[in-house]
Amino acid sequence: MKALAARRHHRLTPVVLVLLALVAIGGVYAAFATPSATADTATNQDIEEGKKLFIANCATCHGVNAEGTSTVPSLIGVGAAAVDFQVGTGRMPMQMTGPQAEAKPPQMNEEQTAQLAAYVASLGPGPAIPAAEAVDPELGDAANGAALFRTNCAMCHNAVGAGGALSEGKWAPDIRDTTPTHLYEAMQTGPQNMPVFNDDTLTPEEKRDIIAYIDYQKEGSAGGISLGSLGPVSEGVWVWVVGMGLLIGAAVWIGAKSS
Amino acid sequence: MTTPTPHSPLAGPADYLDQRTGIGNAVKGFARKVFPDHWSFMLGEIALYSFVVLLISGFFLTMFFVPSMALVTYHGPIDSMDGQLMSEAFASTLKISFEVRGGLLMRQVHHWAALLFMASIVTHMMRVFFTGAFRKPRELNWLVGFVLMILGLLAGFTGYSLPDDVLSGNGLRITDGVVKSIPILGSYLSYFIFGGEFPGEDIIPRLFALHVMVVPALILSLIALHLLFVVLHKHTQYPGGGRTDKNVVGFPLFPVYVAKAGGFFFVVFGVLALMGGVMSINNVWSYGPYDPSPVGAGAQPDWYMLFLEGSLRLMPGQPEFVIAGFTLSLNVLIPAVVIPGLLFSALALYPFIEARVTADKAEHHVLDRPRNVPTRTGIGVAIIVAFVILAVAGSNDLVATHFAMSLNAITWALRVLFFVGPVVAFIVTKRICLALQRKDRELVLHGHETGKIVRFANGEYIEVHKPVNEEERWLRVNYAAHRPLEIEPAEDARGVRRKGYKADRRWQKLSSFFYEDRVEPVRPSELHSADEHGELESGTQQPALER
Repeated sequence: MKALAARRHHRLTPVVLVLLALVAIGGVYAAFATPSATADTATNQDIEEGKKLFIANCATCHGVNAEGTSTVPSLIGVGAAAVDFQVGTGRMPMQMTGPQAEAKPPQMNEEQTAQLAAYVASLGPGPAIPAAEAVDPELGDAANGAALFRTNCAMCHNAVGAGGALSEGKWAPDIRDTTPTHLYEAMQTGPQNMPVFNDDTLTPEEKRDIIAYIDYQKEGSAGGISLGSLGPVSEGVWVWVVGMGLLIGAAVWIGAKSS
Repeated sequence: MTTPTPHSPLAGPADYLDQRTGIGNAVKGFARKVFPDHWSFMLGEIALYSFVVLLISGFFLTMFFVPSMALVTYHGPIDSMDGQLMSEAFASTLKISFEVRGGLLMRQVHHWAALLFMASIVTHMMRVFFTGAFRKPRELNWLVGFVLMILGLLAGFTGYSLPDDVLSGNGLRITDGVVKSIPILGSYLSYFIFGGEFPGEDIIPRLFALHVMVVPALILSLIALHLLFVVLHKHTQYPGGGRTDKNVVGFPLFPVYVAKAGGFFFVVFGVLALMGGVMSINNVWSYGPYDPSPVGAGAQPDWYMLFLEGSLRLMPGQPEFVIAGFTLSLNVLIPAVVIPGLLFSALALYPFIEARVTADKAEHHVLDRPRNVPTRTGIGVAIIVAFVILAVAGSNDLVATHFAMSLNAITWALRVLFFVGPVVAFIVTKRICLALQRKDRELVLHGHETGKIVRFANGEYIEVHKPVNEEERWLRVNYAAHRPLEIEPAEDARGVRRKGYKADRRWQKLSSFFYEDRVEPVRPSELHSADEHGELESGTQQPALER
């Protein structure tokens, strides 16, 4: 203690104290404020493995330190949720550049995806992968979700989530078969051309309501074949193909019978 | 009049009726009325029968539909609507769909029947147009049919708007915008239609009255007039052996057509019931109750209004001007009022224009083969192409997603195509028609190729052709190749300028556009000289035309 006491008037003491205070506050903040899902599950081993995967698969575009370039986004601070969505739906690693990354069969397995997520999450704080309870459709209110969906999502994704077109070859994908976790992550991180719906815009409960509405659609169309749920255009195509097709066929048959 | 036959149980009542109404003559006349037989003559029947289905299913729906915009809170079997505030119109639509027995089936049958009604009207109209069935004496019936088509659009539009879901509300919003784009009158008209600022609380009851009373009543009376004209004019027939403008070759109404037409009604009803039973249409609970703020992707009108949607989507937004504080929205006025106005006027007036440039005052009961009137066929195809391009433009977002193309590129391509497509379609169609006529001419003159090569003693080779038979020849030579109008000279014998010369000159120019390019039918003398040429297989078959 004597040594410590002797140095407490050292001119660097305030600097050291401020640093210690900052570390303490930061630690407390990290413990209470940031979502701690990754902190709970990710081990140093995962982060190391994730880094290796990152260097091998992602660094070509995003840079060895995930810092990005003028055309490729930096991944520092995007969080585990963004990685889980982009890699888990097969959008990343991207096969070729285009208007936007296409969903395809995932290239990484679940473990590798988790390792990549752990690595990217370690680069800076960002949204974590939501807990199972946060995305459980059973706990959501489909009616409220439907109302929220109409005002926030339907203009791009169509009234039931069948997808739609955006400008210049971009598109809002069909989200009817997207998993609840990926839906949540998409809302939270705003992948591709989608805006971010952070917790101020849509609270976690509201996100869950929307997930419940998408899940509710799985019960199917009450009236029969859904015809793609694309609205009047597909109905119009089918009335010509099935309706006029069958009836002209019948007319030809009736007309041919006598002559 | 009729003597009661003892062995029929109906004879007594029939005689009773006949003695008091004289209906026997009418029944006899109708039963013996002869109609020609062809599948394309049944297209109009599809429209008639789907209208009957519309009346039946529509009657059912009015039993449960509440045409009110008063707000209620929904509680019912649809979880995704539970506790939502909505109009009574929307709530009753949900009730019809999920709580009334057979209600959803009826709704779907009604909607499919509406789409089929328009589809069959359009197809019927194409048949009438391309075969020239609108010529004298049927010009007025063409107009009646045209008005029926417009009333069909109106019936569809008013019905589409009734459930008060997001999609139908969006449609009304566009209507509001189109009405407001009319200079000076626009905003007054909009307030008049909606009973105040859009959407107000009056529009659903008003549309309901139009949809269930005014429009169906008009359609019904015009259908009666349309059919009365058919009976009066007698039905047209396709060209062929023994068919002239002075006869009708076919079968009597009773029993042949009563069975055929009656049966066909059930076929139409069956197909509509099948579609209503297994194919979902207009799931309003997916769109949700109307609220002016949301618009879903894939928001389109029913197919018959897609041309209007497409016309609006193609129009660039720039031509909107503010003149002394008043906005002139040419960007809405041109695509939504001017272009459909031009296309529809052309369609309505076409029979009169063609009659004028043809100077043909004769009655026609034998139909044209489309190839024999190349300009008309070309114009018809051009109008169809214009409508199809507009309909595709109205679905440009779905084209973009389903064919992985850029929405902007599609829009630009269609903007160009809207002007180029119909012209190209006209030229190509006309050329194909002329080519087919030349092929016919060739066939009549030289007969069918047989593949037999014969060498004469002097070394000459010829291919033997088999002459066409009388039926084939009749079909190919019996048409009038009209020539451009000939008009009186500009000045009379004393050098005085003639009144009306300029107007005559304009009609002549239009007439040249129609009939400058033509293929004349084979004349008997030509046939004779071809025959003497010695290519035909046997000289014993003399041309039928000379007899």
